[in-house]
Amino acid sequence: MARSSSFILPIPEGRESPSPDLSPYDESIVHDSFHQLIQEQSQRVEAEALELQEWPPRDKGGGSQSLRGPQEYCSATLQILANMPSRTIGRSRGAIISQYYNQTVRLRRKNSRPLLRDMSRSARPSIRQYDLELDLNPREEEEKRSLLVKELQGLTITQRNHMLRDMPLSLTEKRCLRQDSCIHRGRQRHHQGSQTQLYCCSRLKYHCIIAFRSLWYGLLSGLHALKPWRCHLKQISGQFGSSVLSYFLFLKTLVSFNILLLSLLLPFVVAVQVAFPPTSEFPVSSFTGLELFTGAGRFTHTVMYYGYYSNFTLNQPCSSHQNSDHCPPRAVHLPYNMPLAYLFTIGISFFITCITLVYSMSRSFGKSYQVGSTLGVHAITVFCSWDYRVTQRWASLQHDNIRTQLKELLAEGQLKQHPRSVCGRLRQMTVLLLVWLLSLGSALGCAIAVYSFSEFMHENHEVRTQMISEKLQEASLLALPLIVCIISLVVPYLYNVLASWEQHDSPVLEVYVAICRNLILKMVILGLLCYHWMGRKVRSLEDQCWETFVGQELYRFMMMDFIFTLVDTLFGELVWRLITERLKQDRKPEFDVARNVLELIYGQTLTWLGVLFSPLLPAIQLLKLLFLFYIKKISLMANCQAPRKPWRASHMTTIFITLLCFPSFLGAAIFLSYAIWHVRPSRTCGPFRTLNTIYEAGKVWIRHLEEASPSVTWFTWIHQYLVENTFFIFLVSAVLLAVIYFNIQVVKGQRKVICLLKEQISNEGEDKIFLINKLHSLYEKRATTS
Amino acid sequence: MGSSTSHLSKELLTEYQELTFLTKQEILLAHKRFSDLLPQESRNVEDSLRVRVSTEQILTLPELKANPFRERICRVFSTAPERDSLSFEDFLDLFSVFSDAATPEIKSHYAFRIFDFDDDGTLNKEDLKQLVNCLTGEGQDTQLSTSEMKQLIENILEESDIDRDGTINLSEFQHVISRSPDFTSSFKIVL
Repeated sequence: MARSSSFILPIPEGRESPSPDLSPYDESIVHDSFHQLIQEQSQRVEAEALELQEWPPRDKGGGSQSLRGPQEYCSATLQILANMPSRTIGRSRGAIISQYYNQTVRLRRKNSRPLLRDMSRSARPSIRQYDLELDLNPREEEEKRSLLVKELQGLTITQRNHMLRDMPLSLTEKRCLRQDSCIHRGRQRHHQGSQTQLYCCSRLKYHCIIAFRSLWYGLLSGLHALKPWRCHLKQISGQFGSSVLSYFLFLKTLVSFNILLLSLLLPFVVAVQVAFPPTSEFPVSSFTGLELFTGAGRFTHTVMYYGYYSNFTLNQPCSSHQNSDHCPPRAVHLPYNMPLAYLFTIGISFFITCITLVYSMSRSFGKSYQVGSTLGVHAITVFCSWDYRVTQRWASLQHDNIRTQLKELLAEGQLKQHPRSVCGRLRQMTVLLLVWLLSLGSALGCAIAVYSFSEFMHENHEVRTQMISEKLQEASLLALPLIVCIISLVVPYLYNVLASWEQHDSPVLEVYVAICRNLILKMVILGLLCYHWMGRKVRSLEDQCWETFVGQELYRFMMMDFIFTLVDTLFGELVWRLITERLKQDRKPEFDVARNVLELIYGQTLTWLGVLFSPLLPAIQLLKLLFLFYIKKISLMANCQAPRKPWRASHMTTIFITLLCFPSFLGAAIFLSYAIWHVRPSRTCGPFRTLNTIYEAGKVWIRHLEEASPSVTWFTWIHQYLVENTFFIFLVSAVLLAVIYFNIQVVKGQRKVICLLKEQISNEGEDKIFLINKLHSLYEKRATTS
Repeated sequence: MGSSTSHLSKELLTEYQELTFLTKQEILLAHKRFSDLLPQESRNVEDSLRVRVSTEQILTLPELKANPFRERICRVFSTAPERDSLSFEDFLDLFSVFSDAATPEIKSHYAFRIFDFDDDGTLNKEDLKQLVNCLTGEGQDTQLSTSEMKQLIENILEESDIDRDGTINLSEFQHVISRSPDFTSSFKIVL
């Protein structure tokens, strides 16, 4: 660009000339920074040379040229800078009007309805892709405005209203525009003849949309007011940060899952059986306090367990062959097939839970992992985290919360900038390997211990039956859950000690590793117990009700887990705090998010495992979770402090939901499928006592349907060829894999395109800086020569 | 909703409803709250549409009192020449942009104007510094240290300034906002 002589520019003389783009307010008052500087500059005309200070060098890009601060440019350059399209669009009315003029023209040309959310982002007004009637010359604002009004008249009323509503202008302006475009409307009535039908439809649609929308927003605001624990959660997040909050949010999610299960089980299975109780052949034992812990005794022959449920069709009309002697008059004769209802309700509730889990998992993945470069988490925290609905009482908590978040982010950024040497990394690797071996070894050891203990209890059960009283016998059933809970309590502390040897770079990784180890321990133990129940107990309790026994075992495990959690929370944290107070140290205990979340997942796994054998187990889990929320919160507020190492919890929710889905729910589903397909139900109790497997109930029903109406053979055909035949499943998996591969390739391609576009934009930015600097040097030369 | 002297006329109400994102009930509620801020003699309909309320009085509203950006909000929405008072239509504008039904584009446009403390059409380092200080709290001890502030502003510019000119303009701001799902739910004020 050495041809500066041909560079003709209308340089404005004098202090300030009114810019062609009038802003909603008088520019000379508003632009204080520029206004003052322009005044100063024009007062010191030629004498002084400007001090050229270097802008602090940036790490990447920019190179040797950069945009200097406003005090280093002369007034004319400042004027031009102030009128750049990228700056005027954010503040000037004329720019907004011309932008919406473009949009309106585009709309009219396409001749289509505007989608409410489909307006393009702020395009620079100077980029006009359409033909030459849309010009490149700067126009007066009045002219632009009249063009806009003309365009608005060409739209239908709904389109016009939408367009006006979406404009970021003041209400007074919008009313003027609307009035102006209405005046000429009358003249165009005769053009509207053919379009009257369209006009009515669009109006109807508009009214429907508005009505639906106001209903929806009314519902949402009502729900928002009803949101449980909203104040508690705000308090927690204000004092302890987002990591501790994620635990409580996860607890809330689990509550909703249990409510989902209960909402299906209660009406279809439990309530019906309660309405039609079976004739009980067993004596009703008295209520002792021990039932609450063991689930046996008084609770055994109640609606809580599998054994209580009938295996025939309830409420059948009196013409049936069974129960003909007592046929009480009933108001409604609606036969209800209990075994089928039991099987299908459990199947459907699991299916719905699966779909909900997968959907919430994919949604949180979608929120946390995005295509393209960095998420921009600093910018998002600064721009989006203030909640404008906050009132005076909670405002200071918000300030604290945001400050903590910002400090956390900065600390994490610092950690990334200091990597280690090779020697240090090698040492770290060996320590890591050692620690992992130790933890896996201890998990295995605990598993073997649990297995041998369960075998021991099983062997001695028959021996001791005659020797000790019934009560003690019942209490001895609690031994196995006790051992498992003690292991679950003690071993994680051991893992914490081991983890303090290794030094990870990021605190987030430490948490993930801790979660992984605890998870392996718990899953191994649970797997072992399932094997023990399905193998040993089924065979040994052939003539008794083994399902009720398994249901009771799971109840006992849940109870023990709850008691130990209470003990750990109330005494563990309280005792620690007293100890630290006594020792005059300033270190309160920290809230261990990983361990607590795993406890929750473990409890939920037990619920899902036991739903088939004890339909009321989700209700117990629900009560347990509700208690746990308040107890944990109280203990947190009283005893704990905010985590010392600040770390971000943005991906935590995704991780928790994934853990809930994959080891936990999948394991429970596998266990359930095995129980339904392969295990023989007991002969003396339950809804499936006459069948070979639980699944046969469905098959029997289909056979009945076939016999009843021969036109339903397609149903059996579907069942035979699609469900039982494995080829179909292979086909579906292959198609699914192909779709996944395709999507991965699309995402890769999008990433490449985003990189290219970003490069292009930064190149344009460099061009802009170059031109501005050239401009400035031109003015300088002119100022010194003239 | 007749045309009595204490209520807005039906045509006016419909017009306001079509041009803003508020429902009729919200508009009436806003009118009531606005009239409460006026002196006793100008509380009828004609005067309330004409008279302006000073910024200090608007800031006594409980919805705005705790907001660190309250002065900026009043300044952005004011159409007076000195930008220190709001008319009823400005008041409606404010609550329309902050309502549930407003589009994310409108919200981000006005958020940009609110954060632009020196009104020059871009967010430069000074704007960002003032923004962060508003967020962290009023007192001296609650603010970030100088090095932390510098690091934070550098990180923000690195993440959002795509054309590398040292400032964030409206397009870049809207691009950053579009990646956050929380923005529309947090940028709300309800009467």
